[in-house]
Amino acid sequence: MAFMHVIDSDRCKGCGLCVTICPKKVLEISEQVNTKGYFPAFQARPEDCIKCALCCTMCPDVAVTITASEDAGDPQQAASTEENDG
Amino acid sequence: MGKTFAKPEALSDQHTHYCPGCTHGVIHRLVAEVIDELGIRGRTVGVAPVGCAVLMYNYFTFDFMESAHGRAPAQATGIKRVRPDLIVFTYQGDGDLASIGMSEIVHAANRGEKITTIFVNNAVYGMTGGQMAPTTMPNQRTTTSPFGRNVEEVGMPIKVSELLASLQTDAYIARQTVIYPKHINRAKKAIKKAFQYQLDGRCFSFVEIVSTCPTNWGLTPVEAVKWAEEKMLPYYPLGEIKTPDKS
Repeated sequence: MAFMHVIDSDRCKGCGLCVTICPKKVLEISEQVNTKGYFPAFQARPEDCIKCALCCTMCPDVAVTITASEDAGDPQQAASTEENDG
Repeated sequence: MGKTFAKPEALSDQHTHYCPGCTHGVIHRLVAEVIDELGIRGRTVGVAPVGCAVLMYNYFTFDFMESAHGRAPAQATGIKRVRPDLIVFTYQGDGDLASIGMSEIVHAANRGEKITTIFVNNAVYGMTGGQMAPTTMPNQRTTTSPFGRNVEEVGMPIKVSELLASLQTDAYIARQTVIYPKHINRAKKAIKKAFQYQLDGRCFSFVEIVSTCPTNWGLTPVEAVKWAEEKMLPYYPLGEIKTPDKS
């Protein structure tokens, strides 16, 4: 079972609540602006993420989701997708 | 170890218009999750308030009605009495429910209408620009109390949950908050219980949610969460205030 942590950068309003709540300090606020003019959160250290879903629970905009796929998949590929999403 | 997390079906894909860090989004999601879990999306009707959540019908995938300022419980009463098979809930802020709609909510609770009310208490009028609400904390600065709420002049903040709990009619009344994930989980349980009481046709159910308003409090979202924890929670204690089993 492979889990993938995805932040929809266009839904994110950059409030930073997920950044403070993350127990592993994985998330940071991006320097790049999104389509609505906010600075969205992104996974700065995706390798530390334990998929606890606390950021998903806290996010007021349902911008963070975690999906599971049955096939183990290539972890490298999953990590690069996450970076692109951030 | 890991968990999956996806947007509930009852929530639409539309981006909300709320300010960054506004906990309305969390409460919307909790309501949507509860409706999905109970499997009542096809027969749920929400009644939207006047306030920041006035456009909430855009964010859900079930039926909604918009009510006049504070009159959501009256409208919900009408819907529920005509169609008792529907699950009817109102979603109101503190300016809407505790000020303009005070008589509607008190009488709906006193009649024991089988509806559910989600009451979002963020201690300020949000949409209209941060005026003082009945739930504004003592000495809290707002645009209409620039020197802080003077309790000598306007009295202490109203504890709506306790006020409704003093009525003799059976009701489920709880206060929760959504400022940290542990609170969010408890708030979801309370909302689910409230809907369950309505499903069982038991009683009026009311969940007050202590919320934040970073924009009108003049704080960052993270500071607002701390402010709510330090200033509001001691005055608005969390927990079940009244259950139909006990009273």
